[in-house]
Amino acid sequence: MTILQYIINGIALGAVYALAAVGIALIFGVLRLVNFAYGELITIGAYVLAITSDWPIPLSLLACIAASVALAVLTDRLAFKPLRTAPPATTLVATFALSFGLEAVWRLVFGVEGRSADVLGTLNTTAVSGSIDIRWVTIVEVVVGAALLSGIAVFLKRSPLGLQMRAAAVDITTARTLGIRADRVILSAFVLSGVLAAVVAMLLTVGSPLVTPTLGLQVTTFALVGVVVGGMDNLVTATLGGFAVGFLNSILGDALSSDLRVFLTSFTFLAVILVLILRPAGLFAPRGTTTVERV
Amino acid sequence: MSDVGLKITGLDVAYGPVQVVHGLDLEVAPGETVALVGPNGAGKTTTLSAIMGLVPARAGTIELGGRRLNGRSPESIARSGLALVPEGRHLFPAMSVDENLRLGLTARRSSEGVEEDRAWVAGLFQAVREFGHRRAGDLSGGQQQQVAIARALLARPDVLLLDEPSLGLAPKTVETVFEALTEIRRRGVTVLLVEQRAQLAVGFCDRTYVLAAGEHRLTLTPKDANDTERIISAYFGS
Repeated sequence: MTILQYIINGIALGAVYALAAVGIALIFGVLRLVNFAYGELITIGAYVLAITSDWPIPLSLLACIAASVALAVLTDRLAFKPLRTAPPATTLVATFALSFGLEAVWRLVFGVEGRSADVLGTLNTTAVSGSIDIRWVTIVEVVVGAALLSGIAVFLKRSPLGLQMRAAAVDITTARTLGIRADRVILSAFVLSGVLAAVVAMLLTVGSPLVTPTLGLQVTTFALVGVVVGGMDNLVTATLGGFAVGFLNSILGDALSSDLRVFLTSFTFLAVILVLILRPAGLFAPRGTTTVERV
Repeated sequence: MSDVGLKITGLDVAYGPVQVVHGLDLEVAPGETVALVGPNGAGKTTTLSAIMGLVPARAGTIELGGRRLNGRSPESIARSGLALVPEGRHLFPAMSVDENLRLGLTARRSSEGVEEDRAWVAGLFQAVREFGHRRAGDLSGGQQQQVAIARALLARPDVLLLDEPSLGLAPKTVETVFEALTEIRRRGVTVLLVEQRAQLAVGFCDRTYVLAAGEHRLTLTPKDANDTERIISAYFGS
């Protein structure tokens, strides 16, 4: 494989992880909640793709979005809303409990063997071949990733609701005294994060259609690491962090020899530890930034 | 002219076991400008926070134009016609001045007259006129105070609550803030002002409530302005 090939694959996986990172960072921004259960939104989306794989593709994709969004809103209402005034450690543990609880539900309902979610399988074909190989899904990942990320950026920058979400993320108390409805902002953040989780589920199942109960957990662990590496309290840096971890993962996966590849996760986390030692406020935080919430 | 006033009866506020406000009665009639003065820890900011729904009232009632505010959320209180300019201004520092002002529009009850109100606050405040595209966090304290008051006014509130608008500002800048307050008052907005500088407050406001240890001790009027400090220290015996 050429270096260019590594980079192309890295950008594609980076784009997917960046979407997951934004989903996590949106919730953190508004609620200061580190949602470890974010991966379950991806998992349910993927399972719904598997269940509806014989439906017309657009309907199947819509069902996937509906499921992820519904679970996002439901987890907020049932698990996080009663804990709004609880200390961060409590809510973090609650998200762990929720994540493992839901994973058990997936095992019971969908079994441990895994289901095939072959909805967008046609994208897993070669678009360009020769000295470098590009599959359609790679192109779709980059295009969808860039489009969604810039769409969210424009929404947050220009729309009244986006402006309110940014305000609430900086200072929820002041935002509320200005008449910004906390409930509405929080609901919007969960809906958006659900949509992003659904898109991540769609893109991930193209390359590896087998849906298992831990599908979302694996992605979330890395995306969460990316968010922390990038700097939690800023959407842009969190996105860059998610992208960087996806990129690094892909490059290492391609570059490591097959006997070293089993240690891929260890190499990624080693890089993360180095970053956090050298730049504790986050890789992309402005110089001199020291106050940052640790998780 | 606003026909909505603010009435507080028997207000108790506590943080956990520590009671900060004791049985406070306070009335701001429609169109009036009233000040709360008193030493640090007298419960001035806490009173404003209770009015705005940021801390719960343990007892007593808070009424805006005859409607009870107790137990309602800050966002609902903001949308029923109260606006707070908090101590320390609390602008969103990374956002532009224009974005901060747009957020002020959130609590408006009518979308009519937005342009007129924007023009009005631009006329009142130089920082609003000239620095719309700058990051709010890059402005000086005085300029930030101007933007914070403008942001509150864009909600077109019936009652404006101001918490220490002169705190930490240069004398010249304090003058600018009080000139703007004169204009705001002329427009008929009802104002409740918390102020450290008692003399300034007493001279400016229709009535000034002196608070100490969470209780209303004394009411002063502009005729007391020249010997405010003497009256207050005589009263407290210090």
